Amino acid sequence: MAVTTSTPPDTQEPAAPPEPRRQKRSAANVWLGVVAWIVGIAFFFPVFWMVLTSFKQETDAYTTTPKIIFEPTLEQYEGVFSAGVGPYLVNSVIATVFSTLLVLLLGIPAAFAVSLRPVKKTQDVLFFFISTKMLPVVAVIVPIYVVVNQIGMLDNIWTLVVLYTGMNLPIAVWMMRSFFLEVPGELLEQASIDGAPLWRTLREIVLPIISPGIFATALICVIFAWNEFFFAVNLTAANAGTVPVFLVGFITSEGLYWAQLSAAATMAALPVVIAGWVAQNKLVQGLSFGAVK
Amino acid sequence: MTATLEERPAAPENAGGKPAIDKAEGWRRRGPLLPALIFTIIVTQIPFILTLYYSLQSWNLVRPGSQEFVWFSNYGDVFADSQFRTVALNTVIMTLGSVLIAVVLGLLLALLLNRQFAGRGIVRTLLITPFLITPVAAALLWKTVLLDPTLGLINFVLTPFGGSGTEWISQFPLASVMAALIWQWTPFMMLLLLAGLQSMPTDQLEAARVDGASAWSTFRELTLPHLRRFIELGVVLGTIYLVNIFDQVYMMTQGGPGVASANLPFYIYQRAFLGFDIGQSAAMGVVVVILTLIAANFALRLIFRSFSGEQEAA
Repeated sequence: MAVTTSTPPDTQEPAAPPEPRRQKRSAANVWLGVVAWIVGIAFFFPVFWMVLTSFKQETDAYTTTPKIIFEPTLEQYEGVFSAGVGPYLVNSVIATVFSTLLVLLLGIPAAFAVSLRPVKKTQDVLFFFISTKMLPVVAVIVPIYVVVNQIGMLDNIWTLVVLYTGMNLPIAVWMMRSFFLEVPGELLEQASIDGAPLWRTLREIVLPIISPGIFATALICVIFAWNEFFFAVNLTAANAGTVPVFLVGFITSEGLYWAQLSAAATMAALPVVIAGWVAQNKLVQGLSFGAVK
Repeated sequence: MTATLEERPAAPENAGGKPAIDKAEGWRRRGPLLPALIFTIIVTQIPFILTLYYSLQSWNLVRPGSQEFVWFSNYGDVFADSQFRTVALNTVIMTLGSVLIAVVLGLLLALLLNRQFAGRGIVRTLLITPFLITPVAAALLWKTVLLDPTLGLINFVLTPFGGSGTEWISQFPLASVMAALIWQWTPFMMLLLLAGLQSMPTDQLEAARVDGASAWSTFRELTLPHLRRFIELGVVLGTIYLVNIFDQVYMMTQGGPGVASANLPFYIYQRAFLGFDIGQSAAMGVVVVILTLIAANFALRLIFRSFSGEQEAA
C-alpha cells in the first residue's frame, strides 16, 4: 500500500520540490511513536497470550494470577491431534485450496473481460457481482440446506468448495479487475495488431504483469475460505467438518481445558495469520472491492 | 434478474462512442465472463428465489407432509413476533455500534501510524493480526481467556481498580460480543483510513503548515474532508460484513440470555436448524434482504463513486 499510494500523480510533476523533512524527530513524535507501540502491543496481546497459553500445562493455564514464566510443553498440541483434529485440517485444506483454484479459474477470464476488453454491458455484470456480496447469507442458507440435503451432498466437503467459490468469486473479480487495469494498453494493442490469439495474449503478456495481484487475490480468498464457519457448521458434521467446526467442540468443555483450547485455536488461526501478513498490503484493496488501493 | 441479464447483451454494442462492435466480436469479448457469471447466478440467485418461494409456505421439517402454500402469513407471524423485533434492534445496535466505534478507533490508530517512528511496519503488522484471526478462535479467546469472571485477563487487570468478579458474558452479553467484534474490525478500519491518509496531497499540508495553521485546524479543514470518502466506505463495508455476523454470537453467548444478544443471522439459524421452521425462517431471511437492500443501494452508489473517481485519476 505504501508503495502505490506514495506516488500519487501530482508528485510526478517535473517541478516537484524535494520532499521536505517535515517530520523531524521532535519529542512529540518520539512520544507518539511510543504510544503507537503500546497500542499495537495491546491489540496483539490477546493473540500473544493465546499462543503462550498453548505451550502451558493446564495447571499453569488455569490460575487466578496469570503466569508468564512456566515450563513450556508441546503436550497440548499432541492433545489436539489425539482429539482428532487431523481430518478437520484435511477438510479445511481441501475446501480452501480447491475453492481458491476454482475462483482463479473462473475469475481470471472474467476480470480480463470486464477490464481490458469491456463491452458496454459488462459493467452491469460487474455490479451484479458486487451486489451478490450484499445478499445476506442467512437469506440463502435455508434453500441451500434443503437442496443439498435432497441431492445427498450434506456433510460433503465438495459442497463447501462450491459455496466458498461463490462466496469469493465476486471479490476476486473486482480485485483482479483493478490489477488488470494497471496493464498498459499499448502492449495489448500491439498484440492484437500482431494477430496473437486471445489466450496467448493473456498468457504471455497479461499474466506475468498481474501475477503479484493474482497472488494477493488468492491469499485473500484463502483467508475467507479458511475462516468460514456459517456454511460449515450448518452443512457438515463428522465427515466434512472444517477446523472452525472442530473448535466448537471445545466450547462444551467450558474453561477446564484452556491450554488445549489455546493450542487448537492457535492451530486454527496460524495459517491465515501468516497469509494475511504476507497479503497485508493488498488486504484493503480486496475487502473494498478494489475501491481503495 | 437472470432474464434481464441474458436479454441485455443481445442489444447492439456501442461502447463509449467507438464504432459498433460486431456481434461475433461482442460475444468473443463477453465469452470469458460467462462461466463466472453463470456460476454466480446458480450459487447465489437461485437459492434466493427459492427462499422467496419457501417464505410463502408453511413448512416444518419435523412434520413431513406439512408443506402447504399460505401466501403471506409467515410475514404476518414475523412482524407479530416480539422476539424478532428485539433481535432486529440488537442487530442494528450490534452492527452500527461496532462499526462506528471501530471507525473512530481506527482513525486514531491510522493517525498514529501515519508518522515516522521506529518499527512502524512491525506495529502495523501487530495491529492487523486481530482481523486475521479465525472468528471462531477469536470468539473462544474472548469468552475464556479474556472475559472469564474469575480467571480472565480483563478482570485481572481491573482488580486494582475494584472491578474484579464482573461476569461480563452474562451481565453484558451484547457488549461482550461487540467488544470482540470491535477488536477484530478496528484493524480493518485503520488500514482503510491509513490508505486514505497516505493518498493525501502533501502540497496542501505543506501550504497549511507555511500559513501557520494549527495541527487541529489542519486536521479539521484538510484531513477530515479528504478522509470523508474513506470513512463513508469504511462504514458501508463494515456494515455489509457485520450485519451478517454469526460466529461470535454462536460461540460466545448463543444469543442468550433469552435473545438478549441474538442478532438476525443467529435467530434465523435457530428457527431453521433448531426449530426446523423452514417457512418462517425463509420469511425472516427475506425481511433481512429488504433491510440490507436499502443499505446496499447506498453502498453500491458509494463504491461506484470511488470507482469512477479512480478512473478519472488514472
